[in-house]
Amino acid sequence: MANEIQEGGFCAGEAENLAVQCHGVIKTYGTEEARIMALRGIELEVRMGELMMLVGPSGCGKTTLISVIAGILDQDEGLCCVYNHDMLHMSSPEKIGYRARNVGFVFQAFNLLPALTAAENVAMPLIINGMKRKEAIDRAGEMLAKVGLGSRLRGLPAELSGGQQQRVAIARSLIHGPRLVVCDEPTSSLDHETGQKIMELLRKVALAEDRALVIVTHDARIFSFADRIARMDDGRIERVVNSPAELSM
Amino acid sequence: MYYTALKMLMGDRSKYFGMVMGLTFASFIMTQQPAIFTGIMSRTFSFITDLGQPDIWVMDPKVQFIDDIKPMQDTQLYRVRGVEGVEWAVPLYRGLLKARLENGNFQTCIVVGLDDATLIGGPAEMIQGRLEDLRRAEGVIVDMDGAKTKLAKAPATPGGKPVPLQIGDVLELNDRRATVVGIAKVTRTFQSQPVIYTTYSRAIGFAPRERKLLSFVLVKARAGEDLQALTARIRKATGLAAYTREEFKLLTVNYFMKNTGIPINFGMAVLLGFIIGAAVAGQTFYNFTLDNLRQFGVLKAMGTSNPTLLRMILLQAAVVGSIGWGLGVGATAVFGYVFRDGVLAFKFPWQLLVISGGAVTLICIFAALLSILKVIKLEPAIVFKS
Repeated sequence: MANEIQEGGFCAGEAENLAVQCHGVIKTYGTEEARIMALRGIELEVRMGELMMLVGPSGCGKTTLISVIAGILDQDEGLCCVYNHDMLHMSSPEKIGYRARNVGFVFQAFNLLPALTAAENVAMPLIINGMKRKEAIDRAGEMLAKVGLGSRLRGLPAELSGGQQQRVAIARSLIHGPRLVVCDEPTSSLDHETGQKIMELLRKVALAEDRALVIVTHDARIFSFADRIARMDDGRIERVVNSPAELSM
Repeated sequence: MYYTALKMLMGDRSKYFGMVMGLTFASFIMTQQPAIFTGIMSRTFSFITDLGQPDIWVMDPKVQFIDDIKPMQDTQLYRVRGVEGVEWAVPLYRGLLKARLENGNFQTCIVVGLDDATLIGGPAEMIQGRLEDLRRAEGVIVDMDGAKTKLAKAPATPGGKPVPLQIGDVLELNDRRATVVGIAKVTRTFQSQPVIYTTYSRAIGFAPRERKLLSFVLVKARAGEDLQALTARIRKATGLAAYTREEFKLLTVNYFMKNTGIPINFGMAVLLGFIIGAAVAGQTFYNFTLDNLRQFGVLKAMGTSNPTLLRMILLQAAVVGSIGWGLGVGATAVFGYVFRDGVLAFKFPWQLLVISGGAVTLICIFAALLSILKVIKLEPAIVFKS
């Protein structure tokens, strides 16, 4: 990693095919005696077109790391570049705008807005980016059709099964064409079969040449969907492997 | 995003209705109690309001309010008539006299003696009979409420309803016979005593013998005359107090405000209503924001800016505030309508709408500010917590 920060939050260096570069990222919570060091110098690279899984025991810092990568949490030290942009050094409006355009989110608890229909939920990132509501809803309908929910556009989240809600969440994370999608435990609220389908869908619909997926998971049954797996422990990347089998070695 | 804000607001029906009901309650309390207070206060000067013709009331300088009668000599009438700018001036007797009812009971009544020649100051709305019937021997006109209640005759059968006083019925006022020649509708007085109208000369005949019996001189100003200048001239020429109708109303209401516990009692009720309403509505709205904090976090994570979230919350507060206020003042209006003919005093001037609207706006802004602070401080990383 030979990156340095330039004005306006740009990272310079050998990063042309890298979606995410983290170097020496440190994050602590609390103060003095109650201080917890969640990230202790993270070194990680995620390539474009790659599905990277972050695995490790509870409390090892996985969620903190994707929060930093997604630009919704600031690290205390170190550099974290997303497509050559260091969000830490952006102004607040720049960071919010960059996140709105370039990052998609999939959550463990789906986090759909319960009062909005499936189509309205999916349209939300487009509306946040300034698109007219009607046009955004039309585009959301197309995206929902891609994830197999073309017939449930008007369904409220409460009327959908867990798997269907996660499909809506995936459609929402992709509709605005983000270059980075971060997923936090996307299958842990689902049964095995549904989880497998969701992962198949993510690989099929979300992966693209210029897009990277970072998935935090405990679920060993979906490790096989990863291009690479980064194992974390105690706030550090322990190792990065290419297959689940290598994890146990 | 405003559409989303409204859907978030109305998505959870029970919470939405809770918020609206909280503000409805606050608005109702903040308007209903002051409306009753305004009604009671306006009854203190209802007699002045009902006497629409005179521009100026002339009285003893020591008079503090309408019921504080300090009689003057009859000659004062002529002195007032002599003041430049006076179109006409007539005498008015007003006093509390005991009426002896058919069943032997006594009832204190307000007796009003009108100028014999003109009958100026008589009731505007006659229910039965005519004002001119006062010129008949022993004639009196009784107010409708008094005729139906305090002056009503004993029931025809034991346990039955009292029989309202009617034309032809007889009363005794200070041991003098008076015959009812009309029933009139007048605004209820502060103490809800029956009002009996008669001529000035007959009224002073009913009243106990005193050297001075003239209560007020009612004055009409010449067309185009400046009322303030005329009152000043009357004061200067006669040494009496002279007030325009509005000034006399103000004098009366100020007396009650300063010398009775009514304002403080109602003030406490209104203040409590405001505090309870603000607490209920503010707490409900704040809880609504707390309950939706994760949703705001999701929007924030997805790139919604703080100013946009702020506008969304303000819109939500404005919507629940407007609906709650509308329902609250509507309920107050219905309350007033239902009790319009009862004993309850009720007056709902437009100023109360403005004040309650301002108060509800304050409540909403306060609740929204608390919520906004919470949302602005919100770390979007909350969305990753399961």
